[in-house]
Amino acid sequence: MRAASIAAALYAAVLYGFIFLPVAVLVLFSFQGGRFPIPPFNGPSLAWYAAVLGDAKLMAALLNSLVVAVVSSAVACLLGFLAAYGLARFRPPGTALSRALITAPLAVSTLIIGLGLLMTFSMAGVERSLLTVGIGHVVINLPLCFAILSAQMGDHQVNIERAARDLGASEVQVMALVTAPMLAPGLIAAFFLSVTFSWDEFIIAFLLSRFDVTLPVEIWSLLRSGLNPKTNAVGSIVFLVSIVLVFLLELTVFRKAARR
Amino acid sequence: MTADVELKAIRHRFQGFTAVDGIDLTIGAGQFAVLLGPSGCGKTTLLSILGGFLTPSEGQVLIGGRDVTRVAPAKRPTTTMFQDYALFPHVTLAANVGFGLRMRGVGRAQRDVRARELLALVGLEGAATKKPHELSGGQRQRVALARALAVEPDVLLLDEPLGALDLKLRRQMQDELKAIQRRVGTTFVHVTHDQEEAMAIADLIVVMNRGRIEDRGSPEAIYLRPKSLFSAGFMGEVNLVPGEIGAASGGMVIATTPLGPLALAAAAAEGLSTGERVQLAVRPEHLCLDTAAAGATAIGPATILDSAFFGTHHRCRLMPERSPGLVLLAHLPQSFAGRTGDVVPLAIDARGVVALPADAG
Repeated sequence: MRAASIAAALYAAVLYGFIFLPVAVLVLFSFQGGRFPIPPFNGPSLAWYAAVLGDAKLMAALLNSLVVAVVSSAVACLLGFLAAYGLARFRPPGTALSRALITAPLAVSTLIIGLGLLMTFSMAGVERSLLTVGIGHVVINLPLCFAILSAQMGDHQVNIERAARDLGASEVQVMALVTAPMLAPGLIAAFFLSVTFSWDEFIIAFLLSRFDVTLPVEIWSLLRSGLNPKTNAVGSIVFLVSIVLVFLLELTVFRKAARR
Repeated sequence: MTADVELKAIRHRFQGFTAVDGIDLTIGAGQFAVLLGPSGCGKTTLLSILGGFLTPSEGQVLIGGRDVTRVAPAKRPTTTMFQDYALFPHVTLAANVGFGLRMRGVGRAQRDVRARELLALVGLEGAATKKPHELSGGQRQRVALARALAVEPDVLLLDEPLGALDLKLRRQMQDELKAIQRRVGTTFVHVTHDQEEAMAIADLIVVMNRGRIEDRGSPEAIYLRPKSLFSAGFMGEVNLVPGEIGAASGGMVIATTPLGPLALAAAAAEGLSTGERVQLAVRPEHLCLDTAAAGATAIGPATILDSAFFGTHHRCRLMPERSPGLVLLAHLPQSFAGRTGDVVPLAIDARGVVALPADAG
């Protein structure tokens, strides 16, 4: 019995070690005192964080990433909500096919989507910019938002929406004042997940950006000049932001779900 | 506010079947009308047509004389109280009740005052800041009523609103609904399959079956003078005794039955001709043991098959000697002490008997 639980604990340790050790090493060497992110560790020092915060290009990329993540996620949520609402409530001909088509990009690799968008934009004569990156992120996040919101849109809300219409609400008012608030947990979940994916998405951002780049792209160009604790520091910041987002999601959505 | 409702030749087909099949109905302003019938009889479809959630395949809906057949629910002078209440779960009771006023552009302060008034009307004063999930089923019911009344509709539509409540609460809510309806004066159209509920609240009962109206009238009229076998059976327990209409004389009609001749008031055999085969609808309470009572017609001795005590009466099944194949159900007085197997003299209070065409229903 005891041997079994020891074995289980050992297995868990190995498993979590496998998942988190690279991250732990990355974070640890972001506090490195010397010039190379390799053992021996001689820190801790915040010098590299100071370097990151003092790097105008990195800071600009960080801001770009935030803007792209928030705006593209908001757009993806809005479009996903409208699509889910329309298909669930009005069931136009070809509803099943529409659902399949909207969710299909989930199964397509971001590389293919990125290449496709790149060719489309260049044929259409659209300059690569943060806008094109944002559009790319909407493309990959919309299926996710649609899937989450579709799952939340049940038949029990139909009568509530009917009641709102009966009391004089227009279709827009029904969506804004009744349906969206009822789906708030799903909307928040979809938004935060989209922000998380957009925040550290690299391939599409790399293919579709030019002068203004997002943080993952900037980090990649840092890496090309060799390993350096500065990349560890900025990587740690990215990781920290992701953790905060996931934590917020947990707190707002899953807490609420558990209470109901 | 209140208005009359007029339905003209309403017909509604769903894929493959006709849910409502030629309904003509007028409901007076301020009346409490109940659409009564078994599930699938078309009553809820008819209510949806009234509320504007369905456009009938044929026919017209007039409210207050205005044709609203193709008017959207939001633009009709009707509101609906839904079976599952359909309250907005994310906002307070005040916001729920005030929603319709908000849609009509009424300011928040005024809305809140009105919401509080209506919550007080339904007995929920002081609960304005609560959320729906904090309430019991009966309380949600009241909020739904207050919300539907807040916009002062001409006609309030109630879709089996008491279906989910337990019996005691349902009886209490019936009384309250009736009282509130009297106070606000709005025309109420209520759908139910419970005939006791219908009798408790209605001014006008409309009995429906298979998409058609079987009968309409006051609770007394429908119970005492049903116009079809279906209506007689749906409004409560009834014995059906086969018979044949005989000669009429002096305002009375003699019906020949296996239990002997019964003298009916001419009004109870309206529209029936001499020699016609009929079913006589005899309510259990119109069977009695006192053969000398006023209006009583003796039908000979009968054997008690079984008997159960119901508080207000004994419910007995009896086998009359004159027609052993015809088991009669009787409500005998509280004081009755007969046992299974006893033979008792039986009489029918012929004043309560109605003759109905045998082939109908």
